[in-house]
Amino acid sequence: MGHSPFTPGVAAGRLPSEAMTRNFGDLHPPLDAHEATVAADRCYFCHDAPCMTACPTSIDIPLFIRQIATGTPEAAAKTIFDQNILGGMCARVCPTETLCEEVCVREVAEGKPVEIGRLQRYATDKLMAKNSHPFSRAAATGKRVAVVGAGPAGLSCAHRLAMKGHDVVIFDARTKPGGLNEYGIASYKSVDDFAQKEVDWLLQIGGIEVRQGQALGNGLSLDALVAEYDAVFLGIGLAGVNALRAEGEEVENVADAVDFIAELRQARDLGALPVGRNVVVIGGGMTAVDAAVQSKLLGAENVTIVYRRGQDRMAASGYEQDLAASKGVRIMTHAMPVKVIGNGAVREVEFEYTEDGPGGLTGTGERFTLPADQLFRAIGQKLDGAPEGLALDGGKIKVSGAGRTSVAKVWAGGDCATGGDDLTVTAVAEGRDAAEDIHASLS
Amino acid sequence: MADLSSEFVGIKSPNPFWLASAPPTDKEYNVRRAFEAGWGGVVWKTLGEEGPPVVNVNGPRYGAIWGADRRLLGLNNIELITDRPLEVNLREIKQVKRDYPDRAVVVSIMVPCEEQAWKSILPLVEETGADGIELNFGCPHGMSERGMGSAVGQVPEYIEMVTRWCKQYSRMPVIVKLTPNITDIRKPARAAKAGGADAVSLINTINSITGVDLDSFAPEPTIDGKGSHGGYCGPAVKPIALSMVSEIARDPETHGLPISGIGGVTTWRDAAEFMALGAGNVQVCTAAMTYGFKVVQEMISGLSQWMDEKGHASVADFVGRAVPNVTDWQYLNLNYITKARIDQDACIKCGRCYAACEDTSHQAISMSADRVFEVKDDECVACNLCVNVCPVEGCITMEELAPGAMDERTGRKVAKEYANWTTHPNNPAARPAAE
Repeated sequence: MGHSPFTPGVAAGRLPSEAMTRNFGDLHPPLDAHEATVAADRCYFCHDAPCMTACPTSIDIPLFIRQIATGTPEAAAKTIFDQNILGGMCARVCPTETLCEEVCVREVAEGKPVEIGRLQRYATDKLMAKNSHPFSRAAATGKRVAVVGAGPAGLSCAHRLAMKGHDVVIFDARTKPGGLNEYGIASYKSVDDFAQKEVDWLLQIGGIEVRQGQALGNGLSLDALVAEYDAVFLGIGLAGVNALRAEGEEVENVADAVDFIAELRQARDLGALPVGRNVVVIGGGMTAVDAAVQSKLLGAENVTIVYRRGQDRMAASGYEQDLAASKGVRIMTHAMPVKVIGNGAVREVEFEYTEDGPGGLTGTGERFTLPADQLFRAIGQKLDGAPEGLALDGGKIKVSGAGRTSVAKVWAGGDCATGGDDLTVTAVAEGRDAAEDIHASLS
Repeated sequence: MADLSSEFVGIKSPNPFWLASAPPTDKEYNVRRAFEAGWGGVVWKTLGEEGPPVVNVNGPRYGAIWGADRRLLGLNNIELITDRPLEVNLREIKQVKRDYPDRAVVVSIMVPCEEQAWKSILPLVEETGADGIELNFGCPHGMSERGMGSAVGQVPEYIEMVTRWCKQYSRMPVIVKLTPNITDIRKPARAAKAGGADAVSLINTINSITGVDLDSFAPEPTIDGKGSHGGYCGPAVKPIALSMVSEIARDPETHGLPISGIGGVTTWRDAAEFMALGAGNVQVCTAAMTYGFKVVQEMISGLSQWMDEKGHASVADFVGRAVPNVTDWQYLNLNYITKARIDQDACIKCGRCYAACEDTSHQAISMSADRVFEVKDDECVACNLCVNVCPVEGCITMEELAPGAMDERTGRKVAKEYANWTTHPNNPAARPAAE
């Protein structure tokens, strides 16, 4: 194509295709059998293990690791899936460094935890490679449940309900199921179309019908669903994106990081995906890191994450920050965007330094500008299109117990609901627990 | 610098590390390489009588068990004695001994239990200039089915008889290699001594099947769908070997009989332990077969460093030093009372001590909501299981209660006096204290 990282403006094909392929390969290559055995042997099989407590889905980690160590990874996978039917994706995307591996006694003692995430992937890959499904459905109950959203929460809920013998219809707004697993995760964390393979595998249980292209307010109404089904689960995620509130952000090449990530995930040819020579990402979470790192991997020369508070307040884990740094992404803190400069398309972004004071975050008055051919907003998502009549709390659907909303027969879970920490694994746990509660209420 | 030189039944070697009679010592090529690597001596792989050499299987000869990362813990073999012609071995032994006069070359022999067979081979071996002979009464596989190896070693009368022949028809020192596949190791050792043996060496390998192939339901190693027990050796057998060595070292009838210690010696420390329990030197096989001849360099440097640190000028300074401390259970001091102590700074809160104690022992460890593990002195019997299962070395220790201190488990003060089972009131055989 003739482009390079130094090509001005926004251009595709900045890197040779081999480099692109390498850049977007598996971030953590899978363990082979011997590596898995050695890694598994490091587990102490702790009593009342801290890792298990730290796992939002409460996977029996010492047990599954021992099952790997003794040469039965398929049994290990069953242990994982018993608690977390999306254990394959969670093995890839969980911030294990702030969950199970953070509290692993070997992390505490040696700074080197048992590689729980990679071991989980080893086990789940083994079972899924056999394309057999380890669960079967209970006798049909004749009950029908509608699940809105085919993301982690919805899929987890649907699977558990199907297992209990209920018939489930999943309605999903996009063209493909998977939610953020399909559209919201950096490519190098989920290679080889894993998200779709996982959904296909999950649906093997039977009793789940998926209808794409249907969303609340777009062909669906909660009232109609409540009338037609015995129960409704809402796992609709956070479809809205917060605005920058910086002057001039309505120019070209200013976009939402989530859209960029989705576009990248769906791209058939990464070489055709344009990226700026100078990319600026505003935000401090995983989405900001995913967008910044992938911009760099596409061949951007300079990528800068700018976060308005201190590094310690960034939602992206230390591991994610290190990953970004290792790929050459610069992280600037204590600066907020005040003005997007450019005639038609963004050319520069002007920032003001900030400081934390008693009255909250304030600008110091000192300003600087960064060149930017592309600007990504990654300052959080918000609930969009919540149905009328549902009580909200802090911009999310208010739930109590195992996902019960203020409306009878309606449950909610995942990012759209209160509680939790907007992680895939949390959404899986909430979907599963809501299913159990729905099942109890239908029995 | 410590002096590692060794003299064992009059046989001198620059260090106490010999290669045991086994595949590594089957031919001149290997033995020369071993000597170049630094081994103090070799026991040449067992020679049989003249005639057509033995044949070996043509499938696997070895089986193994492993720890994590394929660390070899135990090895088993079904290889027989040398399968090379007698005259070739004799010629090579002579050449090697001539070129390495400072190294020990001992020749292992196994011929049928007939006086003439031994009478015939002994002069041939003696003619090589070898320093001594070792009688292979130990191999538990193959040859034992033909009335040799452990089939001899399991009958003390045969041991005594053959040993006597060897002393009668040879001027060489005679080392009798014992099989552990026997109930009481002292019996064959006594027989060897009675026959005039200069020393015993032990242990030979242990009857073993390393595993079962669960697809073919065949024992491993598998030869065309079948398996036969082999001889087990390597790190896993060391505790068994140490115990047997100590039994012979402390048996009044064999006390003082030189012992060549064999069985899982992998490091200098293993060697030092065997020697502390009475072995004058050690023989090594599996460690060399696993890592190559170079391991002897670690054994030499390690033993030397330890001897320097402890002030042992020569190996004789510590050989047998642990023997007086091996005793019978009945003489252990029942007034020696310890309690487990957990170093909270070292504790990594895995809870293994708790699980082990709570589920399988004495419910003597408490666990708090924030994972602090503490010993309950009123329940702790000092069994040591928590120490053994703790993954952090030195985190849990056994602390002795001083005389006069209260043992909260029994409610009694710790007595100062030594007292053992022979005088314990619960012992029906105990004689009452003088009245």
